[in-house]
Amino acid sequence: MSADAPLYQVRDLRLSLPDMTSKPLFGPRPRIEILKGLSFDIPKGEVVGIVGGSGSGKSTLGRTLIRLLDPSGGQVIFDGTDISHLHEDALRPMRRRFQMIFQDPMSSLNPRRTVSAIIAAPLKLQGFDRVRERAAEALDHVGLSRSFATRYPHELSGGQRQRVGIARAIATRPDFILADEIVSGLDVSSQAQVLNLLEQLVADLNLTLAFISHDLSVIRRLCTRIIVLRHGEIVENALTPELFGAPQADYTRELLDAIPLPDPDQVWI
Amino acid sequence: MLDGRSAIKRRAGLRLWLSGGWLLLIVLAAILAPWISPQDPLAQDLFAARTPPFWEAGSEPGFWLGADSLGRDVLTRILYGARIALIVAFVAGTLTCAVGAALGLIAGYFRGWADRIVSRLVDIWMAFPPVLFAILLIAVLGTGLTSIIIAIVVIDWTRFCRVVRAEAMNQGQMDYVASAQVAGMSRLRTMWAEILPNVLPTIVALLSLEMGIAVIVEAILSFVNLSISTDSPTWGGMIAEGRTSIHQAWWVLVFPLLTLFLTVLSFSQFGEGLKDRFDPVLR
Amino acid sequence: MTGFLSIRNLSVVLAGTPHRLLRSVSLDLPAGEVHGLVGESGAGKSMIGKAILGILPRAIEIAEGEILLDGQDLLQLPPAERRRLVGKTAALIPQDPLTALNPSRRIGPQITDRLVDILGWKRAQAEARAVELLAEVHIPDAPRVMRSYPHELSGGMRQRILIASAFAAEPKLIVADEPTTALDVTVQKQILRLIAEMQSRHGTAILFVTHDLGVVSKVCRSLSVLYGGKVVEETEVRAFFRGPKHAYSAALLAATPKYTDPDTSLTPVPAEVIAAVQAEVEAADGEWRHVR
Repeated sequence: MSADAPLYQVRDLRLSLPDMTSKPLFGPRPRIEILKGLSFDIPKGEVVGIVGGSGSGKSTLGRTLIRLLDPSGGQVIFDGTDISHLHEDALRPMRRRFQMIFQDPMSSLNPRRTVSAIIAAPLKLQGFDRVRERAAEALDHVGLSRSFATRYPHELSGGQRQRVGIARAIATRPDFILADEIVSGLDVSSQAQVLNLLEQLVADLNLTLAFISHDLSVIRRLCTRIIVLRHGEIVENALTPELFGAPQADYTRELLDAIPLPDPDQVWI
Repeated sequence: MLDGRSAIKRRAGLRLWLSGGWLLLIVLAAILAPWISPQDPLAQDLFAARTPPFWEAGSEPGFWLGADSLGRDVLTRILYGARIALIVAFVAGTLTCAVGAALGLIAGYFRGWADRIVSRLVDIWMAFPPVLFAILLIAVLGTGLTSIIIAIVVIDWTRFCRVVRAEAMNQGQMDYVASAQVAGMSRLRTMWAEILPNVLPTIVALLSLEMGIAVIVEAILSFVNLSISTDSPTWGGMIAEGRTSIHQAWWVLVFPLLTLFLTVLSFSQFGEGLKDRFDPVLR
Repeated sequence: MTGFLSIRNLSVVLAGTPHRLLRSVSLDLPAGEVHGLVGESGAGKSMIGKAILGILPRAIEIAEGEILLDGQDLLQLPPAERRRLVGKTAALIPQDPLTALNPSRRIGPQITDRLVDILGWKRAQAEARAVELLAEVHIPDAPRVMRSYPHELSGGMRQRILIASAFAAEPKLIVADEPTTALDVTVQKQILRLIAEMQSRHGTAILFVTHDLGVVSKVCRSLSVLYGGKVVEETEVRAFFRGPKHAYSAALLAATPKYTDPDTSLTPVPAEVIAAVQAEVEAADGEWRHVR
């Protein structure tokens, strides 16, 4: 693979799920299309924002990129390998290279494990040496003191939990991290801390990042490119300055206009 | 929040102590029965027939809780009855738990066809009236301790299966399970290392409850005379005998009934108490 | 000036402990004014609304203070009378439109119940009013919606219904507890617009609980910033956004993202500011314990 080939090439990606609201007496449930043929690239080192309202398919897209969900059609090519239909056994060794930070740190951290066990889990499963050392380094990277290692998730604040989630994601030194709405449950101050931390990590660890959010205002600084989704389709895919400077799609404009700026003089309502 | 938590803790503590204390007493009684019993459980003494408990007029020394219509000591028979009750409780409870929880965990976590098979099986099972099912099974298997245990396992595994399946399904949707998958954990290992520990408090509570239920089922089967040979004292058998002479000798019915009631109640409360104790968020 | 809602030195504690969740909060709300209550999670902002409406969780009790609604101290009234007064003069727009409606009842009765039970209206009269209200919140085909169950409607639609229901009994005060937090931005805008429209039409005073300073700048005329259950700054919205007086509220404003500004790095509230405001809050606590 040449150095400037994109890390991800997504081609005509489709995903449909059975409709749980209808339960026919005979035959399978009808299927709902969540992703309707998406194509885009994620170049190495970019921070891509994936934005859309609820039901836009942004989380589904993210989870398909790291094969937490199986696509029903199309290709997801990660660094030259089509992972869209790879068997879990073949996928497992590759999982070191793409990790995820979850929206709700409370539910994504097993309540019965200590922080160090949580961070060490992917390292152990991927057969790393010096597990304790690497886990401790990951804590350093996210700015948590090593004394946190023996604590349990419910003893931490929301911001600290999210840092543990980030530490777990970077512990295996992945090439790609998916961050799914990771600041939406946090106060503005913790939100700013987490975003600044992420910006730092992207630079320090040479990461490629996909940052899923419903809120355009938090991602302007972090993202280099933004993909806007609506009803499972890409309505706009542009570099950040272009998107904010001259949004092309009506829906993007609508999203931007809907954000209430902390400024009473903004003509808004 | 803080306050609610400590209130739960206090209640859990008291509940745990009271129920655990009674269960310990019953366990000791069962183990030590041959040494602490005042009489022989099978010895009939027609001169002592229907001797009342010690505080009533006409009581006799050595018959603390009175004697039944054949002159057998009630206390002694309760102590010996604890042996069979507890054997059934522990063996049947554990086996039921193992079968039901394993199937429930697999169905709830793996979903798909495994779930469909197990769920249909549970549905079919639930359509049988449990007591009639038990009697039917005993009729086929013959009476005896092993038959009772088999009957309880065959009938009651669905209780574990349903609850554990629902709980595993719930936990399976949590992000920490997804994060285990992202980390590269295999499905089987995820079930074992991530799901099971979080379902365990529920399983423990159910197990304890199930032990109580096993005691009841054994009592019911003894009551309808389908348990073990009529010679060995069982609480259910004593209740059945006591029923016939309730007007002449209430103690023959009331004491075994009370013991049964407290034991079953303690099993269920002990389980709930343990569950609260094991919850890391409440701890 | 005393408003028709006047809170004096309100302190609430975890039941049976001296740990205060609201620390001597005082607040005056003139009739018809929209007042924002802002702060981070745990600041106690929604506790104030709950104390007024009498829906504090069991483990939390009011330690001292007065809540004067229309000149009557709610905390001195017997519970039944208090409920009647609150039911007539105040209403709630809740945070989560998914759980705030009973999933097994049709929409219609859920709106009219209040009118029939509290105001003693006739059922038919209440139903006519409900249809009118649904039209007011821009729900087309009101009679059909009245017959629907909550799960048949979208989140935005349900929030509209809750707004209609809050205004139904013509209350003088509405507590809006993070009413748009669970909604998409585009829907949030419509809902905020609707609340503003209904507010100016009915002249209702609103206590608007939110963590989003952007939202406050759009719908409120004045605001209180809370930290640790204490009001650290109370001011007019325009003055606040021109320059907050308290260091903590200034830091909070600085941490709020502003997408129009490409170069602002987000600045978390600095540790020394938190330490200072924490000390301030604890100093007030010391005084409080001393007085008691």
